[in-house]
Amino acid sequence: MREVVLFFLIVVAGTAGELCVSRAMKGIGEVHDFRPKSILSFVLQSLRLPWMWLGIALMSLGFFSLLAILSFQEVSFVVPVSALSYAAGAFGAKAFLGERINRNRWVGIAVVCIGVTIVWWSRK
Amino acid sequence: MTHTRRLQLKTMPLILVSIILGPLGNVFLGKAMKGIGTVASARILDLVPIASRVLASGYIWLGIACLLGFFIAHMLLLTWADYSYVQPATSLSYLSISVLSYLLLGEMISPLRWLGVMVICLGVFLVGRTSPSTSGAPSRA
Repeated sequence: MREVVLFFLIVVAGTAGELCVSRAMKGIGEVHDFRPKSILSFVLQSLRLPWMWLGIALMSLGFFSLLAILSFQEVSFVVPVSALSYAAGAFGAKAFLGERINRNRWVGIAVVCIGVTIVWWSRK
Repeated sequence: MTHTRRLQLKTMPLILVSIILGPLGNVFLGKAMKGIGTVASARILDLVPIASRVLASGYIWLGIACLLGFFIAHMLLLTWADYSYVQPATSLSYLSISVLSYLLLGEMISPLRWLGVMVICLGVFLVGRTSPSTSGAPSRA
């Protein structure tokens, strides 16, 4: 039960956080300049956006849940199972960001989820 | 050079950085947390001494540094590529995390777990054949 709760927080809070960050990034626009000064300016610009802070808060919750589960489970089990966020991410991107997800991408995401299920069966 | 081709040329190097730094960060975090012991309580008073031990671990900071590098690469990717493309594409990291867990942490990975990781990578391959952005250019699929 403890594992299920922690995985739920990793998947739901982590994915919701990434969606918020993605929304903030799309607000900034495409990056063309990769010089350190420009990247620093890009990071500072992103920190002025409320979506960025909400994203960071949710991702932090997911991160602390990850730390907790890593204290008693193997890394090679925890990280692949947390890929359940792929399905959550696809639905979230479609609903929240308005991204169009074509059939091939859905098939790929479904295969990733089958892989996650197999990894779950390998639980010790 | 087509718009999609140009996007793929700058997307691939950053995905490579992501699939190395992300797993390396998680391996360091795992090493640190195994040294701390099982976190069994969610009470704040119990978590304070655990948090102080966690913050004193060098591996935690090494892991956070790697994950910070991963996060910046991830943010840059998200300025032009779809979230639903970036997230599955960087799942190649599941292959590298299995290898790193075996090599650096000595975790014994069963054939079933390797099979699961391979299936995840197959899913990544399928996702990688779609356009990075479905809003800026016509999709190939």
